[in-house]
Amino acid sequence: MENEIKAVVTVLGQDAVGIIAHVSAVLADNGANIRDIAQTVLSGMFNMMMIVDVPEQAFGTLDDALEQLGVELGLQIRMQRSEIFDAMHRI
Amino acid sequence: MINTSEIFQTVRMITEEKLDIRTITMGISLYDCVSADKKALYNNIYDKITSKAEHLVKTGEDLEREYGIPIVNKRISVTPASLVAAACGDPIVVARAMDAAAKATGVNFIGGYTALVQKGMTPSDRALIASLPEALTTTERVCSSVNVGSTRAGINMDAVQMCGQVIKDIAQASREDAGAACMKLVVFCNAVEDNPFMAGAFHGPGEGDCCINVGISGPGVVKRALEKYAKDQPFDVVAETIKKTAFKITRVGQLIAREASDRLNVPFGIVDLSLAPTPAMGDSVAHILEEMGLESCGCHGTTAALALLNDAVKKGGVMASSHVGGLSGAFIPVSEDIGMINAVSRGSLCLEKMEAMTCVCSVGLDMIAVPGDTPASTLSAIIADEAAIGMVNSKTTAVRVIPAQGKKVGDEVEFGGLFGRAPVMRVSPYAAEAFIARGGRIPAPLQSLKN
Repeated sequence: MENEIKAVVTVLGQDAVGIIAHVSAVLADNGANIRDIAQTVLSGMFNMMMIVDVPEQAFGTLDDALEQLGVELGLQIRMQRSEIFDAMHRI
Repeated sequence: MINTSEIFQTVRMITEEKLDIRTITMGISLYDCVSADKKALYNNIYDKITSKAEHLVKTGEDLEREYGIPIVNKRISVTPASLVAAACGDPIVVARAMDAAAKATGVNFIGGYTALVQKGMTPSDRALIASLPEALTTTERVCSSVNVGSTRAGINMDAVQMCGQVIKDIAQASREDAGAACMKLVVFCNAVEDNPFMAGAFHGPGEGDCCINVGISGPGVVKRALEKYAKDQPFDVVAETIKKTAFKITRVGQLIAREASDRLNVPFGIVDLSLAPTPAMGDSVAHILEEMGLESCGCHGTTAALALLNDAVKKGGVMASSHVGGLSGAFIPVSEDIGMINAVSRGSLCLEKMEAMTCVCSVGLDMIAVPGDTPASTLSAIIADEAAIGMVNSKTTAVRVIPAQGKKVGDEVEFGGLFGRAPVMRVSPYAAEAFIARGGRIPAPLQSLKN
């Protein structure tokens, strides 16, 4: 089996119709599997985080695609390896 | 499992509070490059650096992308050049090879054009110090340092005298840029061998063949944490808040250091726990001190505030990394910190107060512009004062001072980018010429006799 990277995708910005659909489509196109998803909307601000498994080879192109989607939708979309969150918040 | 609020806290630290890894610095030993033949020495150095650091910049960029955290600088430090050049007798050869290798590998600075002269000077050390005006104005990326004192050896006042004059000469040689080449020279007391930060980085004689050292940053994160969790609280709460924040920042530094070391197949050296500011808004150490309740950095209380900050950063960071080293303390450069620039401009921070501040933090008088007509002996005396503080307190101190050509007190010098801008500061108009002219050595203090 191909190596996979566990990553966290975060989306921040103005709430709008179809954000999750757009992000999920880009993830699926690049072979990334969503393991967990959580979202809140607080006073019109959309906050979402997804935990995803990304095929190692697809990481770069997926990252570029998400960045471009962020520009198109006017949202801040980031994908980061999950280890950075573990390092910062768990001993 | 990490929860959503923790994830967004990390994202906010990076996107809003300017958390970054300030530098990944690869230390490379040049001992095996030594040759009496200039051409062979040049080629050996160039080949070794470019092969060891071939993938350094690319690896740094990969880590940035994957972990979503900026790695601002990728740099190289090498064995002190005066040691490497001793057999050939011409240190400039080393500077040229370092500069060419830095350009080939894509790093923005390479440190180690260095002489360690705390006790005495070899002919090679003298040649290197004398070559600094040429070396620093005819190369682009080479950084230099001279260690003029230590707690063990005392202060080499002959070297201090030379350094004052050489700083004048470097400023004169780079007068078109107001003396900016002086930014690339740090004069140390108790220099450390594994410092990843420029301009003072060098790969010490006690280091291995190659290693990765990482310098963290994050003044903005600390300030935000104090605003949020320690508003109007006693200092116990302030210290605890800084410790927790420093722990988180350092863990990221440790992660990146380990990962860089694995991918480059080079041993991990240390994480440097320094809080390094930049001139960007929200990335200032001075603003942390002001957040503690000081009207403007430099007012009475600043030294105490800085002592607390410096100590709490270390206490928080030390458990987060397997090897802590380098300078590890809060940096207080003037031109690279918007809060410091403003404090100097409004007259609340003077050179004498900065000297007091350097007693309780790393590293010293850093990125300070003084009038262009400051005498060499006064520059030497400034160095001697800082070296004395380092020597007596068994800590690193340094002077990176720019005699701004054609400028006087109240003028400003623009250095550009991360180097920022510096208001020209007042120095004492009274002469130290006869003091510096004595030469010789200031003996090591009693606290050096620990055995």
